[in-house]
Amino acid sequence: MKQAGIIIEAEHGRVKETSLGVITLAGRTAESLAALVMDGITHEITDQLAEYGIHTIVDLALSDTPEIRLNPAVRAAAVLHAARKMNLDRILGLSSPEGKDLLPRVAALLDAPLVMDCVDVDLNTGVAETSQYSGKVMAQIQLTGETLIFGVRPNAVPPEPRPVQAKTVALSGSEAVPENITLLSWDDGDSEGRPSLVEADIIIAGGRGLKNKDNFSLIVDCAEKLNAAPGASRVAVDEGWVPYALQVGQTGEKVSPQVYIACGISGSIQHFAGMKTAKMIIAVNKDENAAIMANCDYQVPGDLFDILPEIMKQL
Amino acid sequence: MQIYVCVKHVPDSAANIHIVDNLKIDESVPFLLNPYDEHAVTESVALKNQVPGSEIIAVCLGRKDAESTVRSALAMGADRGLLVETEKMCDSMTTARALHAAIVRDGQADIILTGKESIDSEGMQTQFRIGALFGFPVVTNAVSLDIKNGKATVTCELAGGRTRTFDLTLPCVIGAGRGLNTPIYPTFPDVVKSRKKSIETLTLPELNVPAAPGSTKIVAMTPLVQKRNPQKITGSPSAQAAEIIRILRQEAKVLS
Ligand SMILES: Cc1cc2nc3c(=O)[nH]c(=O)nc-3n(C[C@H](O)[C@H](O)[C@H](O)COP(=O)(O)OP(=O)(O)OC[C@H]3O[C@@H](n4cnc5c(N)ncnc54)[C@H](O)[C@@H]3O)c2cc1C
Repeated sequence: MKQAGIIIEAEHGRVKETSLGVITLAGRTAESLAALVMDGITHEITDQLAEYGIHTIVDLALSDTPEIRLNPAVRAAAVLHAARKMNLDRILGLSSPEGKDLLPRVAALLDAPLVMDCVDVDLNTGVAETSQYSGKVMAQIQLTGETLIFGVRPNAVPPEPRPVQAKTVALSGSEAVPENITLLSWDDGDSEGRPSLVEADIIIAGGRGLKNKDNFSLIVDCAEKLNAAPGASRVAVDEGWVPYALQVGQTGEKVSPQVYIACGISGSIQHFAGMKTAKMIIAVNKDENAAIMANCDYQVPGDLFDILPEIMKQL
Repeated sequence: MQIYVCVKHVPDSAANIHIVDNLKIDESVPFLLNPYDEHAVTESVALKNQVPGSEIIAVCLGRKDAESTVRSALAMGADRGLLVETEKMCDSMTTARALHAAIVRDGQADIILTGKESIDSEGMQTQFRIGALFGFPVVTNAVSLDIKNGKATVTCELAGGRTRTFDLTLPCVIGAGRGLNTPIYPTFPDVVKSRKKSIETLTLPELNVPAAPGSTKIVAMTPLVQKRNPQKITGSPSAQAAEIIRILRQEAKVLS
């Protein structure tokens, strides 16, 4: 192995916890780690990267113009440029919403193998572990090729500090504005301040048991109190109570929070596919025979309309 | 417009998956059209309605019995099918090469639709690789698509209600997301009609599919079993709530 590069995601001038987790994972099997930073470096970011074990910080400083900076083709070209200049033969990033768009682009440009949503990676042997078949199977996958690429599931590995000396390298000239794909507009939603579904430590999710759209606000209010992200089963989405962005499951988001609180959700195989890797599952359900009650850490038999208001009252 | 829609034959999401020799799954379970590909097929039918005279070709790489999945796409409204038959499990690098070769041999694509991922290998990348092989622009998780004046305007969802809207020049590749449309549910007459539509069968050697410079290969598989040992929290709602809060604070340490 020559050099491993990690695509860093930052927010409000800080590296995301989930990105620090990728550094920790990579540091287990790689000696030398480079961080690829696209959206500008702050002192805080430099300090964080050194604190968690990055040796080389590669500043890919993309244009301030959002139409350019947010264009995924521009971002992929910048990573490709860094991969060549820095002689990277391992590239890691997050299987986050951004990563799901960026990493496959980089893999396609490099014609390199990629495994998404890895929960473990050995950079020396090139073996990755990921789930398949709607989360029913864990597969060990051998990647072979000149450059190997890995998308790591957010929260798969908790970050651990490993302080080193870091140097910063600026790599300019990586911005190629494509002619065939133009970013017209972007909408960052209204989730400002709330943890995102894939990154939250706590998710409190509601299903058919919430009965209607108005009642679903109970989940949202509870999420606010717990500093959790609200989630939903497909039924809640199909009924139009909440946007699709909140859906957890096989055809929704795959999440690995510390705690997943499922309220009025039966625990269908397709819902499980999205949350079975949660560290702890708490199920609030009226039906003691619901599938989720046999597949959780804490079963709370009872009516969510009695229990959730109590939680809010006591917090 | 020549519309190509890539479809994959995958195990039913509700099927119980059994592992054989620690390496592959027991394939004697029902297989269906990949759910995201249903959105891709549905969108191709909408495009054809918008641009009369268009042709929709469903393209699939898979075993012989993947023909039933191609038939499902035909029942939903695709005009004809191409099945690249292989018994081998192919990774996304080879799959993209095979789909690319089949499309090139068949005609000139104005647009290629795929699902955003398949629910078996969950790879999320075939659409990007097809795009790179053609040199076409690609977007994924599309939730709206509008074609006008040789351009596709596409809105893609990131997550949490975050979206990006792009203009792509045609030809392009679009990975369909669940928000794109409601899948067509074929009627019995549609299914009967689809039986008369043609499916051309091709093989990898006859397509001269070049070897990829890298690969991904499964070396071991284990069922993801839950080692959870549920404990019951009983009592009044207020006692249950207090216990949940205690667990969040003291055991999970996610609350201060
Ligand atoms: C191809 C495919 C993909 C799918 N993808 C997904 C996916 O990504 N995510 C997903 O979630 N589903 C998905 N589904 C749907 C899935 O099969 C289930 O239909 C769905 O998850 C059920 O949602 P639910 O648990 O909210 O509803 P139900 O199964 O109806 O369960 C409702 C539960 O609420 C409980 N309840 C009712 N009232 C109360 C109350 N007052 N207090 C406490 N408990 C109460 C009931 O006891 C019951 O257990 C998919 C299905 C298919 C076919």
